Amino acid sequence: MDMRTPLGKVRGLGSAKSGTEHFWKVRTTSIALVPLLLFYVVFLIVHAGKPYAEVVSALSNPFVATINALTIIASIVHMKLGMEEIIQDYIHTEVTKLVLLMLNSFFSLLIGGLCLFAALKIAFAG
Amino acid sequence: MANMTKNRPLSPHLQIYRFTPTMAMSIVHRITGGALYFGTVLVAAWLIAAASGEQAFNAVNWFFGSFVGQIILFGYTWAILHHMLGGLRHIMWDLGYGFEKHFSTKLAKASVVASVALTVLVWAVVLIVR
Repeated sequence: MDMRTPLGKVRGLGSAKSGTEHFWKVRTTSIALVPLLLFYVVFLIVHAGKPYAEVVSALSNPFVATINALTIIASIVHMKLGMEEIIQDYIHTEVTKLVLLMLNSFFSLLIGGLCLFAALKIAFAG
Repeated sequence: MANMTKNRPLSPHLQIYRFTPTMAMSIVHRITGGALYFGTVLVAAWLIAAASGEQAFNAVNWFFGSFVGQIILFGYTWAILHHMLGGLRHIMWDLGYGFEKHFSTKLAKASVVASVALTVLVWAVVLIVR
């Protein structure tokens, strides 16, 4: 006999209290990152080592700036979720695990914030 | 309670199973994912330097253009493409396809060849265009 309420069945969360959001976000960002990163990698290796003025002018192109920002957002979400999975798989001491999960969030948001600010500054102010 | 937890049987892990190409690719997928995680710092350094001004940019950009920098970028390209192909295999499995033993083994082997070939292709195209 199933003792769950109709609402509980619909939510399907069980005792873990969370569902498939993690899985779903990883897949969504991964699909978004296929075209974004193909563009980004080519852009990066074309411009690595090029003069300052040329790189800044390329990065401030509206199309490039938008792809730049979108790639940063999708990558940061994807890498944070991926590292979460690695930490949860290998770290079994509760305190260490929580600390690492928190550091992972901080690191991802710091890198993401810095990159996003840099991308927007180049786009708007050069 | 502590003792009970300690003596509980563990689920079989890597060293129990025979080594297979799909297993190797699973491990490489995780390693490339971890490498890309920290590799982001390099891309971030380049972007932040570009936003900071010419002097900061020249210092970072010099490294990217150097031999070591180019080798790292080449490795970074391969890691991204390999992780991408691995991710696409995962999505195929999520959709319920490609579980047949020989097919998945062939695909695992093919993803190594494809990731290296794509990396060389991307660099060849870029070097010609640039």
